Parts: sequence; C-alpha cells; structure tokens
Amino acid sequence: MADEKPKRKRKPPTKKVPMPEQDPDVRRRNFEEVALGYTAEQAIEEAMKCLQCRNPKCISGCPVEVPIKQFVELVQEGKFVEAAMKIKETNSLPAVCGRVCPQETQCEASCIYGIRNEPIAIGRLERFVADFARQKGEDLPELPPKIGKKVAVIGCGPAGLTCAGDLILLGYDVTIFEAFHKGGGVLQYGIPEFRLPKDIVDAEIEYLQRLGVDIKYNFVIGKIRTIKELMEVDGYEAVFIGSGAGAPNFMHIEGMNLVDVFSANEFLTRVNLMKGYRFPEYDTPVNIGNKVAVIGGGNVAMDAARTSLRLGAEEVYIVYRRAREQMPARAEEIHHAEEEGVQFKLLMNPVEVLGDGAKHVIGMKCIRMELGEPDASGRRRPVPIPNSEFVLDVDMVIVAIGNSPNPIIPSTTPGLSVSKWGTIEIDEETGMTTVPGVFAGGDIVTGAATVISAMGAGKRAARGIHEYLSKN
Amino acid sequence: MYEITKKKVLANVGGARTTLMVVKAPDVARVCLPGQFVMIRVNETGERIPLTVADFDRDRGEVTIVFQEVGKTTKLLGTLEEGEFIQDFVGPLGKATPADKKYGTVVAIGGGCGSAIAYPVARAFKDAGNYLITINGARSMDFLIYRDEMKSISDEWYETTDDGSCGVHGFVTTVLADLIEKGRDIDLVFAVGPVPMMKFVAKTTESKGIHTIVSLNSIMVDGTGMCGACRVSVGGQMKFSCVDGPEFDGHQVDFDELMRRLEAYKEKEAISLEEWEKQAGGR
Ligand SMILES: Cc1cc2nc3c(=O)[nH]c(=O)nc-3n(C[C@H](O)[C@H](O)[C@H](O)COP(=O)(O)OP(=O)(O)OC[C@H]3O[C@@H](n4cnc5c(N)ncnc54)[C@H](O)[C@@H]3O)c2cc1C
Ligand code: FES
Repeated sequence: MADEKPKRKRKPPTKKVPMPEQDPDVRRRNFEEVALGYTAEQAIEEAMKCLQCRNPKCISGCPVEVPIKQFVELVQEGKFVEAAMKIKETNSLPAVCGRVCPQETQCEASCIYGIRNEPIAIGRLERFVADFARQKGEDLPELPPKIGKKVAVIGCGPAGLTCAGDLILLGYDVTIFEAFHKGGGVLQYGIPEFRLPKDIVDAEIEYLQRLGVDIKYNFVIGKIRTIKELMEVDGYEAVFIGSGAGAPNFMHIEGMNLVDVFSANEFLTRVNLMKGYRFPEYDTPVNIGNKVAVIGGGNVAMDAARTSLRLGAEEVYIVYRRAREQMPARAEEIHHAEEEGVQFKLLMNPVEVLGDGAKHVIGMKCIRMELGEPDASGRRRPVPIPNSEFVLDVDMVIVAIGNSPNPIIPSTTPGLSVSKWGTIEIDEETGMTTVPGVFAGGDIVTGAATVISAMGAGKRAARGIHEYLSKN
Repeated sequence: MYEITKKKVLANVGGARTTLMVVKAPDVARVCLPGQFVMIRVNETGERIPLTVADFDRDRGEVTIVFQEVGKTTKLLGTLEEGEFIQDFVGPLGKATPADKKYGTVVAIGGGCGSAIAYPVARAFKDAGNYLITINGARSMDFLIYRDEMKSISDEWYETTDDGSCGVHGFVTTVLADLIEKGRDIDLVFAVGPVPMMKFVAKTTESKGIHTIVSLNSIMVDGTGMCGACRVSVGGQMKFSCVDGPEFDGHQVDFDELMRRLEAYKEKEAISLEEWEKQAGGR
C-alpha cells in the first residue's frame, strides 16, 4: 500500500472569465448593448491563461490572421493600446469583430488551451482592447507619399471599408460610393444597436475619413453613374465592388405579401438605420405584432427576434426547419435570444401565412420536419413529416431566410461575369473580376457570409489592386 | 445636402397643397429619365420617401419634384423654402418609361398630383412622334395642376373633374371609355394617379386589350431592391416596385393588394403628423 503512487491531480477544466451583461429581464425591453465588456482586471485575468503556444493554432483560424498570440501577450502585460495597434496591423475593425465574429468556429475553435478547457476568450479580449484604445483616442499612422492614382470603392460595408483603409495606407486616393445616407453596410442597417452600438461603426468610418478616404453618400452606382463612367470619365484607375448581398429572399408560399409580413431587411433597416425604435422622435414607423414568428436560424433571424421583443412583442418564435445544431447563428446570439425569452420552434417549416381576408396575419401554417440524409452542404436535410401540419398562432411574420446579391451593378456593367446565383465571379488570388481593373469581394462574391470574411476579401482585393496598378 | 432653387405652390385648396420644388442635384439631373424616381430624406430624423421625377434640366443640373402635402414628411418638406436644403436626395431609381418609342396613338392620363408625373412621360411620347391624347383629372378645378403644360404638348386634350367644376363632369375613365366607345384606335395607355384611378383605367382598357402602363406608388424604404417593402403582385408574381418598376402592365397588377399595403402604417402616420403639428405647427 505504502508504495502506491499518489495520482497526479489534474485541475478541473477552466471556463472563460464571464462577460458582464445586462440582466436578460431588463435588456429584453431596451436597445442598450447587451454585453458590457471586460474590465482591465478581467481582461488580464483572462489573458493570463493563454499558454503562448510555440505553434499557436488560433491565428490560422482567423480569416485575416490577426496576430492573436502577440496581442494577448500585450494584454497580459497591461499594454492595451499596443495590443489594439497590434490587431489593427491586419484587422481594421477590431471593435466590430470582437462583437460580431463567430469566434467559436474560427480562432477559438482552434485554441490549444481550449482542448481541455473553454478556449481563451479571444473575441472578448479583442473587443476590450479596441474599446480601450478608441476611448483613449487613437493616433493616425504615418501615411506614405501619394501615388497619384485614384481608386473607387463601391459600398461602405466591411468589405469596402477594409479595402479603402488598406489602399489609403498604400498611398492611393480613395473614394467610397455608398447608396445609403450612412456608411457601414450591414453593420449600420442590419446588426442592431444592442449588439453593435452605432457609435462604434461611426467612429471606425470617421477614422478612415481622417486618414483621407472620401465618402460619397446617396450614390447608387449603376444608376447615377456606371462603373464604366467611373473609369473612363472620372479617372478612377481601379474599382472595388463591395456592394453586399442586400436583396431579401421570400418564401414561395401563400401569404407572403400580407401587410404584416416583413423581410428582416425591411424590419431591421427601419429600426437600425432609420431609428424606428425611437418613433415618433424619428419619422420612420415600424410595426410590431403581439406574437411574432421569425422564419430562419441565422444571425439575421436572431437579430429580428430580439428586436421584436424590444419593440414590445409578447411572444417571439424562431421557426427553423432544421435542428438546433444546424442553426448558422453565432452560439452567443442563440444563447442570448433564449435567455431573453425567444422561443425556438425547431424542425418546422412554414407552408402558408394565413390572413384575415383583409390585411392582417392571423396565423402561420407549418409542417413538422425530420432530419434525413446529408445534403450538398453536409448538413442533414430536413424532410417534411406527412400530415403533421398545424397552425402557429401569430399576428406578424418576419422572413429571415437569406439575401441574394443585388443585380443593379452586374446588370449595368457589361462584361462582368456572374454565377447562376447572381454573385460576381473573381480570380481568387487577386480578387479581380472578368473586367480588367474591376475587383470585387464580400457578400457580393460569396453570398451572405460574415463580417470577417468580407474584410478578408477587401484586404485581398486591396493587394490585388496594388499589384495591378503597380504593373499598369 | 441638396439646395431648393425654386418652390411653387401649384394648388392650395383649404390648406391641402400640391407643391413643386426644383432641386439642385447635377449628378441625378445628368442621367434621370421620365418615369424614374428619387428617394428623399428631409432632415436627420426624417424618413425616406420616394418621389417621382416630374422634370429635369440637365444643363442647370436641376430636378423637379411635385408632391401633395398629406403626411408629416410631405408637410415638413413643404415648409422648406428656396435657398434651403433637403438632407438626402438619391436617384435616379427605378426603370424609365419606354416612352422614346413610336406606338401610334398614346393616351396619357394624370390624376391629381399624378399629372405632374404624367407630364414628362407624355412629352417624351410626343417627342417620339406619337399622336398624344392627354386626360388630366382631379376632384375639382382647384386641384387640377399642369393644365397649360399638358395642353401645350397634346394633340388632343381633355380635363375632367369629379364635381364638374371644370371640363368633363366625371372621372378620367369617363373620357377614356368614351374614346374607346367611339372606336378610336388607341395603341397605348399610360396612367398615373391615385390607385383606384389606375385600377379603373386598367379595367376600362382590359376588354379591348389595349396595353396599359401604370406607375405604382408603393411604400419604400431604400428604393434599391434591398428591403422588399415595395413588393407587389404582378401577374401572380412577386415584384419589387423600386427595381422591377415603378411601372407595370396595368392588367397584371393586383391593385387591391397594393391598396392594403399602402395602408400598412396608417395609424403610425397619423401619430407622426399629430405629434408634429402639436409642436408649433411643425418646424
Ligand atoms: C442582420 C444581420 C446580422 C448579421 N450578423 C452577423 C454577425 O453577427 N457576424 C458576422 O460575422 N456576420 C453577420 N452578418 C453578415 C455580415 O454582416 C455580412 O456578411 C457583411 O456585412 C458583408 O459585408 P459586405 O461589405 O460584403 O456587404 P454589406 O455589409 O452588405 O455592405 C454593402 C454596402 O454596399 C452598399 N451598396 C449596395 N449596392 C450599391 C450600389 N449599387 N452603389 C453603392 N453602394 C451600394 C450598401 O448600401 C451597403 O452599405 C449579419 C448580417 C445581417 C443582415
Ligand atoms: S423599397 Fe426596398 S426593396 Fe423596394
């Protein structure tokens, strides 16, 4: 007995330092930000757990390869501004990404510390240092001498902003043309204030303007001016198209045109861009039902559902045709939605929205689904269970089943090759389209994706444009 | 910011005003065509509303809009004077009327404020060599606008009022039906005005199979195809007015659905107006 070795005690797996948040019962009725952000002490405590791996895996999990190991080390040392600058070397919108990136499938998914524990909260740290630096007031980096060439960027979303930011730092004259009266793209009109305060988006845009990027609002390219005119008349030597995937899809079922049926885009644009939640102080009205069904399982659906609660809906349902595991939304959004009281109606598919014969919705007929064989996307395909229809008692429906690329630019740009889905085709390496000197990236190329992948595409295209213009 | 260079009240009946504004917007004026529209936002807290281009002057870089002051936004817009500015002015949006072609005999119909919109389209039909008949209708004489303009470009010209105070006593369809009855050869009808008017114009021409174009005034948010607020059923298919229209084949449009959708924010619009009027009659 005496010579039995004492078992080496393994520490129990650790969890992330919890994020201070508004209480669910309070926040479900206000538009203030849900997550409050780490304090300096919490950030350091979280960062201290980082192993500073010799061969870190997290960095390659990031679409723009943020130097995660280095910035976390700077947090450990309490050098927050330096940490933010480190991130900004490859990611110009850290305060945004820290809030909206799906870290659980990217950097944090490959965190080595995360094999046995909850991974290091990289997103929360990124957010903390970015907010810290912004509040301190950031210095502008030194700009190189002007090259003397003009580049036009179409769309002021994450793809366009990133491309413009990189090009101005290379010495180009950059003008962004934006259709709306405000910049940010989805960050402005889609993602709600309680998840991404608009002050942050505005600050990022202002930073670019301070760097010398010129932004022309109210400019719908393809209508007011074509790409050809930009290049041949206005003297832009290259163009980047970052116009996003803005056209909402509706279901091909009865009742889609009822007055109480909205696309998530319309609903969210009214609330976010037009500040409809502050009606009548702001003029744009937004309607809200008592019982709202949101169709879809992505971030857009979660945002629409949580916004519905905040506008005063009693019951809010997410109606999704697959199972929870297949929902494309960020884990945190699903978790937050659930905490706030959004009810999940999974494995259900709407077959008809029922109207009262005049204009109002009086219910939504759904059919139950089960999971069958995997489809092309590798996810198990939902198939309807025969004779399982029932009526969900709702009086408003929001459709959040995805967006398609807006055809205005492709249809007015001869020679621009598009796929059968309407997305613009590019050379993966350079980001150039089939029209010489015209580049594209973001949702207009990939279809609706993520902020960070749009930023990655903007970066790649900036490199492609620089190469192209250095040769020509 | 877009400067208002001219303002003129076209009709003012008991405070119900129809107002014309000329706005400095060179980039829009350079390319806009009859039938297209702009989205405007009056000020920082304003909503975005569509207004059809009523005229344009490419040399002066100006676009004309005409609007009826009915809700908060149009009333607020109506308070702006020459030399003042509209916050946002986006366009030209939507498809242009195919008015640069020769069809033969074209009847262009404008109802109420719609006459201002019908005018540049009618002029384009005329310029393309068509025989132009115009029908200008309103509730009563005081509401009739663009009378001289319409007359000056027409080969044949009619006016109608619901109350008989001017021109033919009746609706625009009274004249239209009469023309058809008389066996006049009509190749195309273009109508813009209140939805019920467009609906009855389309009904009137349907049995004779006369191609009829109507210009729809759906509720819009962006005006570029990204929200679907403006969706209408045309031939049983979902279309977005702002990008697929605003003009459609009148025989295919579900006007009843359009009327219901136009009332979506009725209560909210009333609140908005009331709040604003409480605050010192606006401004
Ligand atoms: C509600 C919602 C929530 C989301 N949540 C998340 C999330 O949590 N995390 C995440 O990673 N991703 C999220 N996404 C997806 C992400 O926002 C997008 O993938 C990303 O914004 C795409 O960037 P982009 O620059 O390609 O396009 P966009 O952001 O769509 O920007 C395109 C810009 O181009 C402008 N534009 C379009 N056409 C023209 C034209 N003809 N002329 C001039 N300008 C034009 C548009 O007005 C817009 O400003 C969400 C999307 C939505 C809708
Ligand atoms: S107004 Fe938004 S799609 Fe037409």
